[in-house]
Amino acid sequence: MKHAGKLLLPHDITPEDLSHYTPVPSIIKRRFGYQCKRCGNSQSHLFGHMPHDACQKTCRYCRNCIQMGRVMECEPLYQGSTSFKWPSFEQPLQWKGELTPWQQTGADAIKDVVISGGEVLIWAVCGAGKTEMLFPGIEAALQHGKRICLATPRADVVRELLPRLRSAFPDVPIQGLYGGSPDREADASFIIATTHQLLRFSKAFDVMIIDEIDAFPFHHDDSLKFAAQRAKKDNASSIYLTATPRKWEKWRVRTKKLPAVFIPKRFHGHPLPEPKLQLIPSLPRNLKRKQLPASVLSKILDQQNSERQLMVFLPSVAMTEWVLELLREEGLAGQCVFAEDSDRVDKVQAFRDKKFRLMLTTTILERGVTFPSVDVFVIDAGHVVFDEAALVQIAGRAGRSPDDPDGDVRFFHGGKTNAMLDAVEAISRMNKLGKR
Amino acid sequence: MRCYICFNEIIPTITWVNVFKPPEQQRCCADCLAQFEPVTPTCPKCGRGDSDGICFDCERWGMGQEDPLKKNVASFSYNAFAKDWVAKWKYRGDYELLFSLQGKLDVPVGYAMVPIPLSEERLKERGFNQSEAIIHMLGKQPVSLLGRQGTTKQSKKQRQERVDSENPFQLLDPINQPVLLVDDIYTTGTTLRHAASLLKEGGCPEVYSYTLFR
Repeated sequence: MKHAGKLLLPHDITPEDLSHYTPVPSIIKRRFGYQCKRCGNSQSHLFGHMPHDACQKTCRYCRNCIQMGRVMECEPLYQGSTSFKWPSFEQPLQWKGELTPWQQTGADAIKDVVISGGEVLIWAVCGAGKTEMLFPGIEAALQHGKRICLATPRADVVRELLPRLRSAFPDVPIQGLYGGSPDREADASFIIATTHQLLRFSKAFDVMIIDEIDAFPFHHDDSLKFAAQRAKKDNASSIYLTATPRKWEKWRVRTKKLPAVFIPKRFHGHPLPEPKLQLIPSLPRNLKRKQLPASVLSKILDQQNSERQLMVFLPSVAMTEWVLELLREEGLAGQCVFAEDSDRVDKVQAFRDKKFRLMLTTTILERGVTFPSVDVFVIDAGHVVFDEAALVQIAGRAGRSPDDPDGDVRFFHGGKTNAMLDAVEAISRMNKLGKR
Repeated sequence: MRCYICFNEIIPTITWVNVFKPPEQQRCCADCLAQFEPVTPTCPKCGRGDSDGICFDCERWGMGQEDPLKKNVASFSYNAFAKDWVAKWKYRGDYELLFSLQGKLDVPVGYAMVPIPLSEERLKERGFNQSEAIIHMLGKQPVSLLGRQGTTKQSKKQRQERVDSENPFQLLDPINQPVLLVDDIYTTGTTLRHAASLLKEGGCPEVYSYTLFR
């Protein structure tokens, strides 16, 4: 059980356990160059050479996945057993909520795929209630004694999902794996992990659910896609969840290579707030001089007199800092949140508890976080970091609660970009589909 | 050409020299290099950058006994970027990362370069000796004069424990010319002073040391 489906380095294994593993080659020669069998890297500049003391010659190693320990050509990788029989549960689901008709269609599609294998893309708008949609499928998998992995690109999301799933499946051991997580063993039949952790698994899961397939870093990093592919068994079911599929997935859906289910309606049944584009021709000049245009400032001040809280998205960390300074001079109490911020988790919680009314952030909070009642402004929406997916996700932060299903979404820009137009179009198309 | 640290492509500026000659091999991009902070030594002894004359740590070393180490020279300060770099290079074992600093270091010349030995166990785990790696990167041959018994990592100990710790090294060959000990980081200087005192006892006239970070 402890060894099932693992793919480990020699020094991760104690000598007593070695008999449970089969050695497999670590770096193989291909027609052009080499490939690391753990992360799939085959780019020559991501391989290093070092004089290896153990074999007294120069050995090749992979520099791409070195954060998870060094893979050397001269040492094999160890593959744990792939045929372990996982326990089945009779009534694992204790969740008492009810799915909306829209959620039910998604849930049925997931359940079918879990039972009969294959893959499906669940294309659901932000706030459609994707997690609840998974419950019947996960229940079916646990009843059939299948091992499940729910992979997501961000550790924050793992931390948020873990308590929700533990309370829905109270009798099932569920482990959450991310860099620095308290669970380390990874021997449960239901695992929630960041996509990086999948590098440690091979042929492990019967059901692979990948949340937010379009998100950074999964979308950017081919080795994570390789790992996700390798971590599942040969006849496994794959379920992909996203609100904003990328070109490649859209193309596969259009050409009927990937079955997809659209869920264009939020769980509370109200349409998505549509973004308003506001042109400020002087914006690039103002930002260069570290000024905030008067119209933006007055909009923020007006907004702060209303009931809702405000999230302002900015393209860079440096910018959040000076904009925050400017707003503080205007007498607004706010906080800024970015990736390297050590008390990010606390600040987000404080904002959720309404301790402060204004939050400046980068694209780090574009997805996976829910605040009941917010307005959303994007300053310099034409910046390259705001691509279509990011803008749709940002717009999706507003109006998530049934008590306040609307919100003011405003993109301040110095000139329209395709990303902005595509995002507005995607949202209005979803709303149109949802009306039917 | 790729940066060894961030893997971004390095595009050399076109000059008359590399119109006719292939450009010089670069291993570290300007952005990464700028994050290493060169130290300007204020303590003439250990090379730290925040003291007034001989620093307190050097003064209290041994309390009255003669200091076996004549002088330490360091290239960069051990800032957050350097910490990440060392963690990846030494603890993760990314040997080639070291070569990102090739040609960027100012090392005293004309001495026998002696590496700090690593215990068997650690060597097996890491696969290479970090001070030998530095000497190889500098294009010199290491002169191995020392052996080692102890196994505990210095980086896991507090200052007092380090200063009081027993000498983990033994001298294998005596030498009678000036020596430059090479290591990666100078923290309290205990490791280097332990090695230096043995070399001195074996008849070495002067012991200097060079570390990448201080």
